[in-house]
Order: sequence, then C-alpha cells, then structure tokens
Amino acid sequence: MHTSNNVALPLQAVGETYRLRLYVAGQTPKSILAFKNLKHICEEHLQGRYEIEMIDLLLNPQLAAGDQILAVPTLVRRLPEPIKKIIGDLSNTDRVLVGLDLRARE
Amino acid sequence: MDITKIDVDAAPPLARGPELLKAATGIRGLDEITRGGFPRGRPTLVCGGPGSGKTLLALTFLVNGALIFDEPGVLMTFEENADEICSDVASLGFDTQELVKANKLAIDYVRVERSEIEETGEYDLEGLFVRLAYAIRAVGAKRVVLDTIESLFAGLSNDAILRSELRRLFRWLKDQGVTAVITGERGEGTLTRHGLEEYVSDAVILLDHRVHDQVSTRRLRVVKYRGSYHGTNEYPFLITQDGFSVLPVSSMGLEHRAPLERVSSGLDALDEMLSGKGYYRGSTVLVSGTAGTGKTSLAAHFIDAACRRGERCLCFLFEESPAQLIRNMRSIGVDLEPWVAAGLLQFHADRPSRYGLETHLVTMHQAVADFKPTVAVIDPVTNLMTVGTYADVQAMLTRMIDHLKTENITAMLTSLMPGAIAIERTETAISSLMDTWLVLANEDIRGHHRRGLYVLKSRGMAHSNELREFAITDHGLNMRNGPDIPADSFRVRRVGEDEARHAHV
Repeated sequence: MHTSNNVALPLQAVGETYRLRLYVAGQTPKSILAFKNLKHICEEHLQGRYEIEMIDLLLNPQLAAGDQILAVPTLVRRLPEPIKKIIGDLSNTDRVLVGLDLRARE
Repeated sequence: MDITKIDVDAAPPLARGPELLKAATGIRGLDEITRGGFPRGRPTLVCGGPGSGKTLLALTFLVNGALIFDEPGVLMTFEENADEICSDVASLGFDTQELVKANKLAIDYVRVERSEIEETGEYDLEGLFVRLAYAIRAVGAKRVVLDTIESLFAGLSNDAILRSELRRLFRWLKDQGVTAVITGERGEGTLTRHGLEEYVSDAVILLDHRVHDQVSTRRLRVVKYRGSYHGTNEYPFLITQDGFSVLPVSSMGLEHRAPLERVSSGLDALDEMLSGKGYYRGSTVLVSGTAGTGKTSLAAHFIDAACRRGERCLCFLFEESPAQLIRNMRSIGVDLEPWVAAGLLQFHADRPSRYGLETHLVTMHQAVADFKPTVAVIDPVTNLMTVGTYADVQAMLTRMIDHLKTENITAMLTSLMPGAIAIERTETAISSLMDTWLVLANEDIRGHHRRGLYVLKSRGMAHSNELREFAITDHGLNMRNGPDIPADSFRVRRVGEDEARHAHV
C-alpha cells in the first residue's frame, strides 16, 4: 500500500494557499516550540502562500469541539481540503511535511 | 440446610461510622447494593463485554442525576454511534435532547480517526480537558460520564502519553469534585482491555451478559468499592422499557416481621389442621404433589378466600393460561373470574423458557411492585427448574421468597413432583424457606382412587400430623373429618418425612 501511495501521491499544486490552524492550550513550552517549528517549515516550503491562525483553547474553549481537538498542540490544515491533523510539537519536520501532503509518504 | 443461609450479604450495622458520601444512581436495586450509590466526587469504573449494558447504566446515572437529583451532567462519548446511543435511551423514555435544551445535560461527541492524524513530537490531551471543563461549566455539572474512553487507544498511537494523560484526567475529575462514571470494555483476563482499573480504583462495577441454553441472563457485581460496604454477590439485572433494574433482594438479610395474624387456607378443615386458624400472614406455603393431586385446586381455594376478604392476589402461572385455570376451577365450583373483574385478582402467565431466571425474577418483582398484592401464588414453581441450573434456581427462589416475606405477602407455591416416591430437588432446595409444607398424594387403595393431604411441617404452630383424605367435587375440595385411611397407604408420606428430616425442618 505504501509503495503504491509513493507512486500515486501527487505533490500539491504550486500556488495553492494553505490555511493552517494551530491549537494550543496556553503559552506552554510545547506550544511555543510547535509554533516555532511550524513557522520554520512554512517559511521553507510554503513561502508566501500560507496563513497560520493560532487558537488558544484556554481563551476559546468552545472552539475545541468543532475541529475535534483532543491533543495539543494540534495543527489543522483546513485548506486545501481534505482536512488534515498533525498532533505534537511538530519537531519531526519530515512527518509534518508528510502530514501536510507536502511530501510523499515513504 | 439452614434458613440463615439466605443471609448471604450480611450487611454490618450502619452504626459503624460514617460511610463515604454517595451519589445515588436512581437505579432500583443498585443504590441498595452500593448503600447509596457511587462514591460522590470520585470516578467509578463500569466494565463489561459488548452489549452488557455499560452505556445504558452510565446514561441512566446521568439522566437520573439531571431529572431526579438536580445534578446536571456531562456525557462525553467516544463511540462512533453516539446518535444511536441517544436514540437507544430515547426508547427507554429518556429524552436527552430535552435535557440538553433545559441545560441539564451537555453532550460532547469525541471522534478520533487515526488515519486522519499524524503524530509528531510531544503532545498532551489538554484539548480533552478543555472540552470537558467547558461542558462541565456550561451546565454546572455534578456528574460526568466518559463512554468509552478506551477508544482513545485505537485513535492515538503513543500509549505512554495516553496513559499518563488518563492518570491525570482521573485525578483532575476528582479535583473538579464531579462524580464520574467511566465505561470500559472487558478484556481477556482483565476487567478492561487497556487496564483502566489501574487508574480508576475507587469503585468498579462489572456487568455480565451470558447466554446459557439459549436463555440470556444479565448480572451485575460490585468488584470493588473503596471505603464502603457493598453487596458482593452477582445480582441479576434487567433492561426493560422501564430502564435498568437490579435485584439485590438477598441483601436484605433476615429482617422479616413475624406477624401473628392468620389467614384462612380457604378450607375450614385445612385451617383446622393448622391449629384451627390457617396460615400465618406473610408466610410461605409449599404445596407439593404429583400430577393431578389437586395442587392448583388448593391454590384456587386460597385465592378465592383471600379475594373474599377483599385482599389483592397476584397469581403467576407457568403451566396454564388464566382462561384455562378459570375454566378448570369453575368446574370444581370455584369461580375466580369475578375477582379478576373486581380488580382483586391478577394473573401473570408466562412460559418458563421464554426468559432467563433473572428476567422472570425481575418481572415478578415488577408485577408485585405494580399490583401490591397481599397474597401471591406461583403455580407451579417447579416449571422454573427448566430454565436454569439447580444453584441458579435456588438462588432465584430464595430471592423471590425473601422479597415476598419482606413485603409481608402470604405466598403459596405449588410444586409438581414427577413421581410419588422422590421429593424433587426443588423441594429440598426451597423447603427450608417454607413456613408451611403441604403434601398431596394420590393412591389407588383397594381399587379406589383416593386423595390425601397432610401437613409435613408448619412452623410456629401446633399442626395436625394426620393424613386427611379429601375429594375434589363440583363444589370444591371436600375434606372428610378424621383420618380414615391408614397413613401407611400413602407411600409418599414416608419419603416426605425422610426428606424433611434430611432438610433439618
């Protein structure tokens, strides 16, 4: 299955805008690290075509249910569709890229 | 066999000091077993296999909290079929949507789809805490149900994080002061598949659903209840259209009253044999005999007499239909139909094999609770033998009889013996619970078909030891005066006495 994915998975078309949401709960070391990692990845791979919306669930708890957030930090790719979720501090760049469909799954 | 054996759950006196604060479940029977409900402000684990009723128990706890105890609740469900669950409980008369509208219940459906989630680096489950806290605040919840949080193990791959977060979650729930119910799927050789019992250790309830000989039975057991006395038996429970009910009857111990009032057997001559006054009110009478000895007729006289006194009589039939019984009894001059019409007599006819023992027990309980009889008849009790093992039947009858005694209901149980010689196992099983034991016998003596009756035992009274001959006529059972057949002619008598001695009557 992975091999076929490897072949079939198309890279995202150039120029498409990424709408990303990063859910955190307070300014914890994990959330700060996640934002830093995300920013870095976006600058490197999506320069000029991404938006990051940061949502602090401690301030907006009602927003957690809508995107089915359990873990924090959770990065949600709202656009392009389909919606993708990546949980954790985003320290593994390769997995983040795979999760965002910016790199084919190996 | 000693009657004190009924007292299986000997509860220590309440005077032993304050128990934990409890949050009542409002589930009949369960609050009795747990002596008040689940530990207030702590999590309780409810585990069981698929279809064992965990979710329903948890939801009943929640809905009763909101409706009866003014304790709003939060349902956090991790099940894929959350909508289904709500329609399931709707069929039990719970309108969860109405409660949500009234701000007494908050429902949060948590969905975790592993295939949609990439995990990278450190995370925690603060999002779950935030959602729970938000829902608790929204309705001012005092009760929380997590159903079934173990689903997270399928959704997230990092077991270590999950476990430490669950530990934190259960601690957090305690800090919130909410009474929580956490459901868990039973695992192989463990209470729950992922060992939730390690984290939730205040109280553990185990539900079980067995099918034995195609008859399904449900049982509940309190595996653990820290800091509280509780019943330790397996208690039968039932899920009906009225919801969840548990039968803890044996926990009542031996606290029945012993009234001195007497009630007529419906036959003057038999009353005469029972020190002239009949049975004690609230006592239990066993009538045994082979087929066609007149057991049901004797019961009909008893019913008729009770209704004449204006008493309410509940009659459980496991062999005949009410119509058959009424017809047959009319043929011997006992017309029960007017009592049915007057609302004094109610029949419950069921095939024994239709349900498991527990279900019979629970439905009989419900019938007693609904009709509030002072007299009850079970005809014949032996037919229930076909639906369970010996021990199960004994336990069930013990519970039933115990309950009837507690309610001060005078009960008559008929028992069909397969042959004249052997006194059935059922009888040795329940004879110790019986206050009065009548034996009916048929014999062909010198070419004549003769019927006889004697009192094998009758506690607390000087009863006749004579074998009395009787006839079944078109105006009822007719007893002759005095023993006019040699007692030895009835083989059953000797056997019965042996059995009685054996059973330490």
